[in-house]
Amino acid sequence: MMKQESIILLLLGAFFGIMGAVYWGWGHEDGGGVMLLGAFFLGLLPGFYYFWWYRRSGGNRPEDRDDASIADGAGVVSSFPSTSIWPFVLGSGCFFFVLSLVFGIWLTVPGVILILSAFIGATAESRRGGDV
Amino acid sequence: MTDLIERPLDTAPGDPHGAGDHHGHDGGHDDHGPSGILKWLTSTDHKVIGINYTVTSIIMMVIGGAFAEVIRAQLASSTSSLVTLQQYNELFTMHGSFMIYLFVGPFAFAGLANYLVPLQVGAPDMAFPRLNALSYWLYLGGSITMLLGFTASGGPAAFGWVGYAPLTSAVNAPGAGPDLWIGALMLTGFSAIFSGVNLVATIFYLRAPGMTLFRMPIFTWNMLVTGILILLAFPVLTAGLVMLYCDRHFGTHIFEVQGGGVPLLWQHIFWFWGHPEVYILALPFFGMVTDIIPVFSKKPLFGYKGMVFATLTIAALSLGVWAHHMFTTGAVLLPFFSIMSLLIAVPTGIKIFNWIGTMWGGNLHFSTAMLMSIGFVITFLIGGITGIYLASPPLDFFTHDTYFVVAHFHSVVMALTMGAFAGIYFWFPKMTGKMLHEGWGKAQFWTLFIGTQVFTFPMYLLGLHGMPRRMAVYPNNPSWQNMNDWASVGALIIGISTLLFVINVIVSYRRPIIAGDNPWDASSLEWFTSSPPPHHNFVALPPIRSERPVWDFNHPDKPALGHGHGTHAGTHPPTSADATKEVAGS
Amino acid sequence: MLLAGCQLPSFGAYQGASKTANDTYKLWQGFSVAAIIIGGGTFLFMCYVMLRYRRRAKSDSIPKQTQYNIPLEIIYTVIPILVVFGLFGATVIVENQVVANPTPSATINVSAFQWGWKFTYPGHRAVVIGQTTQNPTMVMPSNEDVRFELRSLDVVHGFYVPQFNFSRYAQPGFLNTFTFNINKPGLYKGQCTQLCGLYHSLMYFQVRVLPPAQYRAWLAAKDATTPLVNSAAQNAAVGLATSPRIPTNPAQSNGGN
Repeated sequence: MMKQESIILLLLGAFFGIMGAVYWGWGHEDGGGVMLLGAFFLGLLPGFYYFWWYRRSGGNRPEDRDDASIADGAGVVSSFPSTSIWPFVLGSGCFFFVLSLVFGIWLTVPGVILILSAFIGATAESRRGGDV
Repeated sequence: MTDLIERPLDTAPGDPHGAGDHHGHDGGHDDHGPSGILKWLTSTDHKVIGINYTVTSIIMMVIGGAFAEVIRAQLASSTSSLVTLQQYNELFTMHGSFMIYLFVGPFAFAGLANYLVPLQVGAPDMAFPRLNALSYWLYLGGSITMLLGFTASGGPAAFGWVGYAPLTSAVNAPGAGPDLWIGALMLTGFSAIFSGVNLVATIFYLRAPGMTLFRMPIFTWNMLVTGILILLAFPVLTAGLVMLYCDRHFGTHIFEVQGGGVPLLWQHIFWFWGHPEVYILALPFFGMVTDIIPVFSKKPLFGYKGMVFATLTIAALSLGVWAHHMFTTGAVLLPFFSIMSLLIAVPTGIKIFNWIGTMWGGNLHFSTAMLMSIGFVITFLIGGITGIYLASPPLDFFTHDTYFVVAHFHSVVMALTMGAFAGIYFWFPKMTGKMLHEGWGKAQFWTLFIGTQVFTFPMYLLGLHGMPRRMAVYPNNPSWQNMNDWASVGALIIGISTLLFVINVIVSYRRPIIAGDNPWDASSLEWFTSSPPPHHNFVALPPIRSERPVWDFNHPDKPALGHGHGTHAGTHPPTSADATKEVAGS
Repeated sequence: MLLAGCQLPSFGAYQGASKTANDTYKLWQGFSVAAIIIGGGTFLFMCYVMLRYRRRAKSDSIPKQTQYNIPLEIIYTVIPILVVFGLFGATVIVENQVVANPTPSATINVSAFQWGWKFTYPGHRAVVIGQTTQNPTMVMPSNEDVRFELRSLDVVHGFYVPQFNFSRYAQPGFLNTFTFNINKPGLYKGQCTQLCGLYHSLMYFQVRVLPPAQYRAWLAAKDATTPLVNSAAQNAAVGLATSPRIPTNPAQSNGGN
């Protein structure tokens, strides 16, 4: 499982690393050099994690097998929150928070209240799996 | 509420694929959920969110387009005073900002993508539905914040959509307008990052059995790569915006020479995001067109693996070309960025040849979606080739910041817009259950295509004659007026095409033509379910043995030739023997 | 308009008033030929495919389901790579000429500011300064390597002379150096290309290229008439205040900034 995904990320990360090394060594420009180094890590970190996971699990997920049948994936796929007010609450809180950067620090009050409520509410919603 | 979703039933060729049975399955959920506006506010369904994004981004397109018409009206004469100099600077800043940050981006990676990616991989929803909903609310909040710029006493931001330091400093750009611009980009930036997370996670984790990576539709492949690019690039922009805000308000001197800062650093940070951003904008439309052309050629995509390779190559290279926007600074490594930029032409060319190869030998039906796709390819060819010129520093030295560049990127984005309409005409039936009328559609296509060329060609010439960009007036060169007038006519024709689209939507609702599950005889999984799909998308799924599962189900006697080459082992279109095996096994 | 657009053989660009500008022009021509062959060829081929394989009489027949052709795909990957390297090679050759800074026979300092240009001649008192439509006219000799040192006094500006096929940013805190060797005396228009605020559209200047003897005569005369004042006083004399900036002769007035 996850073998092809990990290879994509690892190859991209390696490419960024090589490109970054060439650029930084040749051009001595630190901004771009650091950003390409960041890209290198962004490819390698999840890439290695997935690869390690693939090695550990050893199995093939039904979606990675050419000959899998739909029945092979029978059963619960996952849990999907179906309706929730918390994304809207969190979004509104972030909106007020950003406006506070422009119009005044008092706007952080509704912003933080909404953001905190959303975190608490969404967490409770996940744990309970029911209406909040 | 949280639902535990089971994998849909299996289906064999010849079975009715039970799209009408969904009521028994989850009709119960619909009865208990919220209704009315509360239902809209609390929905986490990727289909609802996708439509939200599509409609909102098109509204932003219309607003941005209105700014453009005023700009072109101003430029129709050399010393027009339709708007003041300050207003003109605000206009092009807001035009660019609305179009790029609020229209093309969100439409590309969160509009149709949100709707289609779970369907195309056979999943019930995106991996993180609440995060997906949050993305939309952040985007809406960001759009409102950008609009609020017009209420600021000093007017909205007026320093261009790229906001170069030190023009963006507190001294040079005081007031709330610029700060609202920064805030809007922070909100939409996080919105994009969360969309990227969802795209990658959904494609990595929620594919249906048998849907290996190399059997996904190219649209989904492109969304995977777009998601990765979003995760690589957007945090860089957000960091830059935070730095800019600190310079403006907290007395730091990151971009200000007076305190030991480096204005050029803004350009490096901005374009390190900015160049991958244009591929984030383009790849989804490449993907849409790649899904559409084979359907109206009645053939499989030519060179599937080449397309995947080309997309990954474009993504990889796109992180190494940013300073081709900075050739005239005199401060960047010219040969490195030049060769990397020139190389991107190669995978782009591969894609164009593969599209042509798909049409070769086909049975071509020129529906509106197909016309828009072809218009996309032709216009992108023009824009791409003019980009090649810009990749050569000596040629860039005299075209940079002129109308040549403006024409180049407008060729490209108008191509993307045609791609957007191709996607809309193709998938509107799936999303609404109705067809968009073909007559109005073709009228829209021809006005959009012709308008685009009439708009861009004069601007190429103006740039070569020396007209810089971001000019409110041009009194020292009245001879430029003739070409400007042609460009303004082209812009008007483009505006008419948008009107024709709106008319088409209204007509298509007033006099609906029912679509059915698969009006185009298309091949990917979304065409297996009803139009529109039920809650959680699929009651049943066909066997997945190639990148065209629905085509294989409907045309088992017409598999792709060379089927089984490397991408899938021991395959053949499902036969009745397989069907018996699968039913028995479930 | 379409025929005017063709503009053979220049494909729209200026021939250039110096050798390096002319080299750039030739590079432009080379790229254009490649663009027309590849782009035009692709476009015509597409039109042919669309005509030949268009659906006839609403037939829904299903054609041969060809999916790939490896040799063909390799060909149209390798050939573009070769073309790209060819274009890059030509680029590097011209680029090295354009950015070269040989030992100059004259140096001119260019300072860009919101919203005008100031030209000074190191070792001389002469100053040419003007804002927006005052259109300051810099004078330089022809047929000599003239070095320019370009800087900005405030935000990023763009120093652009279309007929020299060249532009370069003027940036605060960063000195840009380039060399022109103009072989055609005359008067050339220049303009700011990088958005720099309110009067960006009107930040004009001109370049008068004189034969060397006439240039030196001009310079001597200019020296004689330029009072010996320091830089700040020079600036103040043309209304170049520090901040806030108030233009003295805008083409349009407005209530902004």
